[in-house]
Amino acid sequence: MAELALDHPVQRPSRWIAGWRRGGPKLWIGATLVGVLVLVALLAPLIAPHNPIEQDLMSAQLPPAWTDGGEPAYLFGTDSLGRCVLSRLIYSARTAVAVALIAASLAAAIGIAFGLLAGSFGGWIDQLTSRLIDVWMAFPPVLLSIVLAAVIGAGLTSVITAIVVVDWTRFARVVRAETLVQLQRDYAAAARVIGLSRGKILRLEILPNLVPLVVTLLSVEMGIAILVEVILSFVGISVTGDTPTWGGMIAEGRQIVYQAPWIMALPIGCIISSVIGFNLLGDGLRTVLDPVQRR
Amino acid sequence: MRWGEIIRRLVLIPPTLVGVAVIVFVLLRVVPGDPIAMMIPPGASPADIDRLRAFYGLDQSIPQQFITWSGQALSGHFGRSISLHQQVFELVLARLPATLELALLATLIAVVLGLIAALIGTQVRGRRAEWLVDGGVGILLSIPDFLWALILLLLFGVLVPLLPISGRIDPEIDVSFHSNFYLIESLLTARFDVASALLHHMILPALALALPFAALLARVLKTSLAEAEDQDYAQVARARGFSRPKILLREVFPNALIPTVALGGVQVTLLLGGTVLVERIFSYEGIGNMAIDAVINRDFPLIQGLILTFAVLFIAINLAVDLLVTLLDPRLRHG
Repeated sequence: MAELALDHPVQRPSRWIAGWRRGGPKLWIGATLVGVLVLVALLAPLIAPHNPIEQDLMSAQLPPAWTDGGEPAYLFGTDSLGRCVLSRLIYSARTAVAVALIAASLAAAIGIAFGLLAGSFGGWIDQLTSRLIDVWMAFPPVLLSIVLAAVIGAGLTSVITAIVVVDWTRFARVVRAETLVQLQRDYAAAARVIGLSRGKILRLEILPNLVPLVVTLLSVEMGIAILVEVILSFVGISVTGDTPTWGGMIAEGRQIVYQAPWIMALPIGCIISSVIGFNLLGDGLRTVLDPVQRR
Repeated sequence: MRWGEIIRRLVLIPPTLVGVAVIVFVLLRVVPGDPIAMMIPPGASPADIDRLRAFYGLDQSIPQQFITWSGQALSGHFGRSISLHQQVFELVLARLPATLELALLATLIAVVLGLIAALIGTQVRGRRAEWLVDGGVGILLSIPDFLWALILLLLFGVLVPLLPISGRIDPEIDVSFHSNFYLIESLLTARFDVASALLHHMILPALALALPFAALLARVLKTSLAEAEDQDYAQVARARGFSRPKILLREVFPNALIPTVALGGVQVTLLLGGTVLVERIFSYEGIGNMAIDAVINRDFPLIQGLILTFAVLFIAINLAVDLLVTLLDPRLRHG
């Protein structure tokens, strides 16, 4: 019998394929956009036609190659210092991806820890966390991250710190609420009845049930982290002057928007496609991972 | 939200504000940069520097500075701006109306657009066009206000130069105002040419703030309308032969409004927070733009004052929304 069962396994598509299908167009459009972004960031030195910080004042503010006066060597033209816009766009993706991955993961880790503690222990720990979240909610998030980044000083670390400090509450709030809900469920009660410790219940029972929620939040948070980095570099307090960033390009483009509107338009396009990519990916993953919809 | 809950929230306001003040205060004082160093001319004597530091109270310990500051803050003195050499309270008061007018106009636009989109979406429910409405709302929602600001600036300021892209009013218009609520004042005193000039400057930033908010309102309202339409009272009204628009307006809409106000109201705080960058992008002279300058200039007293102003506004809006929901929902009123 055992052999029979092995010879003729139940015909069903693998979990991956089934999940991919259930995610629908949202999942694959999102995954494609995010995938392209990550690839561009990884392969930047290989695919960028020029050095992004190399100046060529003789060919400053060239329009895109397909318009009058454009040069084929500079597909998207050059900025006011004669730097290749396409290469700057490509290298900016590196900052964006680095910030998205690191900042969002750290914010998630801290937020989940606080949320789980508050949700499962209750009492003064919950009170303290909730008050802390209240105080955080009273801050204008954009202004807080600007103040933080300015206080810590320019650099990637300061941008990431600013995002983590501002955004951990997004995770903490949701995880706390969801932990409270899950602990009320029968399976959590059953785990208590069979004598599992609180730590074990959290790790073995509650945490796996939080995964769909957290993955969705994480994906959306990566999009938010990219936006915050753009904001900080637009204001001029992100990474140092030489490193190209989309926000920095927008700020430079804003100065000469009437003469060279494409310098501002192109990074905006990149940002929108990245953010929509992360949002769609999050939406798609939620459908795939949600245990209720999976059945 | 019952009345008891609202009282509890009122009681929690002072500690929340103190928390905000403490965090900002400590944060700003662990900065490595020295605001005094930026103000002094080269060659100032150490004695001069010390005098300046003492003048701004920066020579005392952090807890001591906080006690001094909060004591003065309670009597309405939030210190002197280091970069603008004026009282913070007066500076904020002079700029706040510009931001409030912008936020108000944006909310108004958002409510109108959101309402229209939700009603259209409900009318075409189950048809192909519903997909179009949902998709449009989804795109509006996933692009944040400051990106809309940049897009609108490019579209209607540069490509099709219909509207001005910076400032609050044309510099050549020279009119005196009694208050800093320029738009409201010019409307009340029937100076419509001035009001129209102001609106020309406000429409792009307001629209940028309004679009994501409108999309959110549309989404929540459309879902609530769909739910309310399936409820018994709506079925009964249909059975009694009332027309669909009448049912929508008289029976369904008031009930669908409650979750919309509850969820949408909280988003007003996000809209207000969004003014910081949108004002910057359009060089609009509100408190958001001022805040970024204050950060760049390391103007501690001004940053503190501005963040506290935002915090008070946020808390007030949240409370107002809770009150409104309690008033709208008969179940909670007698709860």
